[in-house]
Amino acid sequence: MNLTLKVWRQTGPTAQGQFETYEARDISEDMSFLEVLDVVNEDLIERGIEPIAFEHDCREGICGSCGVMINGQAHGPGFRTATCQLHMRLFKDGDSITVEPWRAASFPLIRDLVVNRSAFDRIIESGGFISVNTGSAVEANLIPIPKVVSDAAMDAAECIGCGACVASCPNGAASLFTAAKMQHLNLLPQGQSERWQRSQSMVETMEEYFGSCTSHGECQFACPKGISIDVIAYMNRDYLKSMSKNRKLGGQGLST
Amino acid sequence: MELKSAVPEGAIEELWDGHRFNMRLVNPANKRRFNVIVVGTGLAGASAAASLAELGYGVTVFSYHDSPRRAHSIAAQGGINAAKNYQNDGDSVFRLFYDTVKGGDFRSREANVYRLAQLSVNIIDQCVAQGVPFAREYGGQLENRSFGGVQVSRTFYARGQTGQQLLLGAYQALMRQVAAGAVTLYPRTEMLDLVTVDGRAVGVTVRDLQTGEISSHSAHAVILATGGYGNVYYLSTNAKKSNATAAWRAHKKGAAFANPCFTQIHPTCIPASGEHQSKLTLMSESLRNDGRIWVPKDQNDARSPADIPEAERDYYLERQYPAYGNLVPRDVASRAAKRQVDNGRGVGPLKNGVYLDFGSAIDRLGQPEIEERYGNLFEMYDRITGEDPYETPMRIYPATHYTMGGLWVDYNLMSSIPGLFVGGEANFSDHGANRLGASALMQGLADGYFVLPNTVSDYLAGLLGQGAVGTDHAAFRESRAEVEDQTKRYLSNQGTHSVDYFHKALGHIVWEKIGMERTATGLQEAMRDISSLREDFRRDVRVLGSGESLNDSLEKAGRVADFFDLAELIARDGLHREESCGGHFRVEHQTEDGEAARDDENFSYVAAWEWQGEGKPQLLNKEPLEFEHVHPAQRSYK
Repeated sequence: MNLTLKVWRQTGPTAQGQFETYEARDISEDMSFLEVLDVVNEDLIERGIEPIAFEHDCREGICGSCGVMINGQAHGPGFRTATCQLHMRLFKDGDSITVEPWRAASFPLIRDLVVNRSAFDRIIESGGFISVNTGSAVEANLIPIPKVVSDAAMDAAECIGCGACVASCPNGAASLFTAAKMQHLNLLPQGQSERWQRSQSMVETMEEYFGSCTSHGECQFACPKGISIDVIAYMNRDYLKSMSKNRKLGGQGLST
Repeated sequence: MELKSAVPEGAIEELWDGHRFNMRLVNPANKRRFNVIVVGTGLAGASAAASLAELGYGVTVFSYHDSPRRAHSIAAQGGINAAKNYQNDGDSVFRLFYDTVKGGDFRSREANVYRLAQLSVNIIDQCVAQGVPFAREYGGQLENRSFGGVQVSRTFYARGQTGQQLLLGAYQALMRQVAAGAVTLYPRTEMLDLVTVDGRAVGVTVRDLQTGEISSHSAHAVILATGGYGNVYYLSTNAKKSNATAAWRAHKKGAAFANPCFTQIHPTCIPASGEHQSKLTLMSESLRNDGRIWVPKDQNDARSPADIPEAERDYYLERQYPAYGNLVPRDVASRAAKRQVDNGRGVGPLKNGVYLDFGSAIDRLGQPEIEERYGNLFEMYDRITGEDPYETPMRIYPATHYTMGGLWVDYNLMSSIPGLFVGGEANFSDHGANRLGASALMQGLADGYFVLPNTVSDYLAGLLGQGAVGTDHAAFRESRAEVEDQTKRYLSNQGTHSVDYFHKALGHIVWEKIGMERTATGLQEAMRDISSLREDFRRDVRVLGSGESLNDSLEKAGRVADFFDLAELIARDGLHREESCGGHFRVEHQTEDGEAARDDENFSYVAAWEWQGEGKPQLLNKEPLEFEHVHPAQRSYK
């Protein structure tokens, strides 16, 4: 099939950007969306035009590097699919496709389709972990974890940190990302000692960088891992509870 | 070069404990005075950096990704081995050790492998404490499954995303140290050279991928945890950015490169669908627990799989290897698949695969149970091929997956350059000539959480009172100049073909001639072809844009240049190793029934190649291997 791509080009964070139109010819339906960009780039290089910068790595939907807006949809029209796993059989000959970077003020643009998502790392730094130094762990089977709990923690832990939730949110909120990590750790027995500190700290760090959630719900449909917005309800509950819990914990609470 | 394995004396069960007692310590107040550089944030790098920072050392971490969480360990699917014996099925530290040495076809160092098996149990404890949501039984206990090359169930897993969960655990531990100020993290920064002074590793030269700035960083010790070199094949299951540049630049500064020809071709990947293919996707080996591999008995059978009756199917692994069946080790399964396809029994539109069929497992266990075990893998397969594996068998074919070879290290994981340590897939240490499934995650985390923090401390103890070498030292200046020069050379080359064009061509040579089966003539041809293609590359590669902003082609050019040199060394190593073992199959050396014929008398050693300068062949050094506990025998899985 032959396609027309309208791609956002911008040479740097402060440069003026614009759409450029490129033709992608002889595209096979077995190709992934990123392979189409590869084909376009090879053609651009041949013509002496700088190739389109886009983020990608594992190309099997797990590293979370890739992600672009395709016709206004984060990761395009595939359900529960990252851009790298979006195959061209979902498109048809003659289609015109608009390709843009993630659109969110908290993800400043670096070049073309590449944005800076380091605000996610700041959220994890603020409490997205269980403090256990190497060597101090107890025997793994000492604490049984009910399978349903472990499964629910895993459902949330599947988040790949791609940023589609933020890009698809009209408020540019990172609630799905933050809540997924919080749910993963707050559900597990190992995560209990830091639960209330974590809840307060992660939410407040999130608020520093991102917009607020208005339960629009677009994020869960954009999420390539299908993480449900139920985790956001859980986060809100734990955040609220953390207000009183942290006060009660007194000296063990947040230092801030 | 003298290769001292530094394996302590004593009974193998007590080596590591004894060694830990004998190693020097650094007191807490002095730890602050030391700085360690860690390059790479996969399982080995992130876990080492976090653990060293917890101990109190200053740690500087470099990653070419935008976040440490993207490292390719994240893509490991199936699981991680540990000798917990939770299943009461006869497992033990000794059995995991035995299986790994045997699985590696007797080309690994016994002492290292024993330590790995011992530490495996601590890894599971550590990861569970971090909140890794491993699969569990209804009673809340950890669940296990089985993997190729073993007869016990010792693999722990988190659905089909074990690598992701383990990496997130290590990444979170790392970010906790970043928040504590103990780790300085440089994302989007690529190491382009190792700096040595008086033969010791004292720092690195790096390039900021966003601004193009080239800078120097000094430290008391450097740890490379930069992964394997599978992308030398162009098409592999590795991530697109995975490369050998950090390891190769260290090699050029004097670190010996060991057993480069030991590369692993994984039997269960989705076959290529055409010329546009940019990478291959692995389907976890765990699928072989319940899937049955077959091809039609007749060549060129064009019927759909459902129309081929049982009697006309050849379940060739079950037929050839009744004891292990579909769970034979990777090297054996890969070669068997290649032979079926070469014999015209391949399936699929390009006739380049074999079937992996879940029909009987679905009948036996029901679809919900199969979904529970492999749901995400089936979904991924469906998405890529447009075929539903619950209805029609998967098509699979071998693809490059892992490299057992890597920088030579001693028992302390220190390379032949003092002060340069190497962890994870980047070193050669534990898997011999073939790695067993679910052992890469185990090794990466054993190295990072438990080995390096101890052995690096011992090295640093010897440097007490010495400051780090300043980055104004001539060695740093020269290194920066060299890196800058290389960057400019690519940008001013005015060639006609893209970097990918050359990478694909190189990959084609390596796959055809240094792939699953190798011959002396093929390897010689490969060396000639690689050398002439490298000339073309240098003359004709086109890198557009500038060195002052994000430039993917420029990054790739440097990496592909190193792949050329490395490919040549793989061929040279493969040519010299006149035997077949593990992933290295020389057609000239096989048994009557087509299995690998090892030559223990002449090749029971680690081949460690020493850089001799640009354009000169590397010098071969040998570290003899001795087997006191697992006696070399022909591996039999029949």
